[in-house]
Amino acid sequence: MATVSVRQAKKVFGSTKILHGVDVEIADGEFVVLVGPSGCGKSTLLRMIAGLENISGGEIAIGGRVVNNVPPKDRDIAMVFQNYALYPHMTVRENMAFSMKLAKAPADVMEEEVKRAAKILGLDALLDRYPRQLSGGQRQRVAMGRAIVRHPQVFLFDEPLSNLDAKLRVQMRSEIKELQQRLATTTIYVTHDQIEAMTMADQIVVMNGGRIEQAGAPLALYDRPANLFVAGFIGSPAMNLLPGRVADGGFRTDGGALLPLPPGANAQAATYGIRPEHLMLADDGVEGTIVLVEPTGSETQVTLRIGETQIIGAFRERVQGRPGDLLRVAPDLSLVHLFGPDGNRLP
Amino acid sequence: MTDAAAAPQSNTATAAPEMLSWDSKSRRVVMLYVPLACFLLILLFPFYWMTVTAFKPNAELYDYATHNPFWITSPTLDHIRHLLFNTSYPHWLWTTMLVSIAATFLSLLSSTLAAYAIQRLRFRGSQYVGLAIYLAYLVPPSILFIPLATMVVRLGLFDTPFALILTYPTFLVPFCTWLLIGYFKSIPYELEECALIDGASRLQILRQITLPLAIPGLISAGIFSFTLSWNEFIYALAFIQSSENKTVPVAILTELVTGDVYQWGALMAGSLLGSLPVAIFYSFFVDYYVSSLTGAVKE
Repeated sequence: MATVSVRQAKKVFGSTKILHGVDVEIADGEFVVLVGPSGCGKSTLLRMIAGLENISGGEIAIGGRVVNNVPPKDRDIAMVFQNYALYPHMTVRENMAFSMKLAKAPADVMEEEVKRAAKILGLDALLDRYPRQLSGGQRQRVAMGRAIVRHPQVFLFDEPLSNLDAKLRVQMRSEIKELQQRLATTTIYVTHDQIEAMTMADQIVVMNGGRIEQAGAPLALYDRPANLFVAGFIGSPAMNLLPGRVADGGFRTDGGALLPLPPGANAQAATYGIRPEHLMLADDGVEGTIVLVEPTGSETQVTLRIGETQIIGAFRERVQGRPGDLLRVAPDLSLVHLFGPDGNRLP
Repeated sequence: MTDAAAAPQSNTATAAPEMLSWDSKSRRVVMLYVPLACFLLILLFPFYWMTVTAFKPNAELYDYATHNPFWITSPTLDHIRHLLFNTSYPHWLWTTMLVSIAATFLSLLSSTLAAYAIQRLRFRGSQYVGLAIYLAYLVPPSILFIPLATMVVRLGLFDTPFALILTYPTFLVPFCTWLLIGYFKSIPYELEECALIDGASRLQILRQITLPLAIPGLISAGIFSFTLSWNEFIYALAFIQSSENKTVPVAILTELVTGDVYQWGALMAGSLLGSLPVAIFYSFFVDYYVSSLTGAVKE
C-alpha cells in the first residue's frame, strides 16, 4: 500500500504533446478513477505510472520513491489490461502463478497464494482451464487474480470492463469496488465511462486534451463542476448547457427562451446549466413543446423545445404527453449552474 | 421507365429460389470438386510417373510400343536395389538430412532473434535492418555462389557438409526472418507488457511467452527451410566434389547419369525416396503450417 504522486508529468510523442504537465495526488488506499474522452491522455498517464511509457517531464513517485527510471517490475504494481492479456498457452493457475514463478517463490507458497486469490474471486473450479475456455467475466477475474497474488502497492486498471456486455459490466463494477475495499490497496482505474467513474471512485480525475479539468470526489464534481467540460461530461443524461446572456429579469438563451435565475446571480453568466433531473413539472414554469418522450420505467426523459432551444428533462412522474403537446417545467433554482464567457464556473 | 425497372426485378424474384437449389448441389460440383480434381490430377501426376517408373523393369521402360507407359505389368525392385547397394545413395541421403537439419536449426535460431529484435525492440534503424535483410533475399544464388565459393575454399570448407550448412542460411535467414516478423506482429504486445510488469526479463519473455505462442510460425519457417535446403541444387553442385559427400538432388543427376545414358529407373527411385522425408515432414505439421499463414494468436 502506498501513496502515488504525479507532479507536472509531461509526455511527448515526437512532436505531439500528449500530456501538458499533470498533477495528481493519490492517498494510501484510495480508489482513483481517471476519466475522459478517448485521446485525452488518461491511458498514457496510467502507462507512465506502470513504467510502460517513459516520462518526458516531471516526476512520478510511488510510496514516496521517485520511479521515473525504475523498470516496471521493480515498481511493485500490478496492472489489469483492457483485453486482459492472459497468457493463452498457460492455465489459469499458471497465469496467476507466473509472476511468483519469475520471482522464484517456493511451490507451496505459490499454490497457497493462487488458492487464496481463486477463492476470493470464485475461480476455484477453473484453475486448470485455459483462457480460451473461459467466458469474458471469468477472464476478467483471472486478470484480477493475477494482480492480487502479487500483493502490489498499487493496482492499475486500464479500461478493464469495456470488453464486457452491459449486464456483466455492472456486476464486475461492484465486484472490483468490493474487492478494492476489502484489500484496501491504492487503485488507479482508467475509463471513458463516467458512470463507472461516479460509482467506483473515491476521487475522480477528469481529463481532456492532456490536461486535468477537475479532480475531486464524485459528488463534488456532480454538484459543482468547475467548467463546461466537466459539467457536460459528468452526469447522465448530460446537463443542459444553454448559451445566452442575463437579460429581461432572467437568462435569455440564444434560442430565445427566458429561464429564471437564482437570486443574486452573476450578470456575467454566458451559459446556463441545469441537469435534466433538476427540472420539475410546474404549472407556473416555462412553457415548452414536447419533441420526444423516452420512458425508462423509473423515470421519463422528455425533450422539450422552448423557443429554438432544446432542453432535456428527467422526471420521476410519468409524463403522459405526446410530441407536439405543451408542457410547463421549472428549474430547481438552487441547482442552477452558471458559467462565464471563459467556460469556467461563476461563483 | 418504371416498367423497365420493375420487369427485371420481378424476374430475379421468381428465379431466385431455383438458383438457390442449383447453388447447393450442382454448383458445388462444378465450381469446387471438378476444379479440385483437375488440380489434384495435375499435381499428383509427376509423383505417379515417378513411382511407376521406379518400379518398372527396363524392358517395359524403354518399349512403349508394346507396353502401356502408364502402367506396370511386372513390377520390380531392381532399381531400388541398385540404388541402395551399388551406389552411395544411403550416404547421400544421410548428408542431405544432416545439412538440411543443421542449416534449418542455424537459420531458425538467428531468424528468431533477428525477427524479435526488429519487431519488438524497435531499436533505432530497425526498419532499415529489416529491409536490408529482405533485400539480401533478392540476390539470386546464381550470382552469390561465386563469391561464396571463394570464401568456402579460403575457410577450408570445400567438399565438406559445412560448406553447405554455412551457406544455406544466406537465403534461409532472410526468408525466415520475414516470416517470423509477420508472425510476431500477430502476438498481442500487451502480453509482453504484462509479463514485463510480472517481472520477466526480455529473454524470459521471448522464451516463456513469445516463442510458445509463435510455435506455428516457427514450424512453418522450419518446414520452408528444411524443404529449401533439401532441394537446393546450385551450392551443392558448386561446393561439393567427392561423390560420397553429395546431396541427393545433385548426386542422382551426376552419379546416375553415366555418359549419355540416363538410368531412368534408378533416377526415379532416387527422387522418390528423396522426396519421401519432405512429404512425411509436411504431413505432420500441415495444420500448423496453414494456421501460421492464415491465422493469428487467439486468446
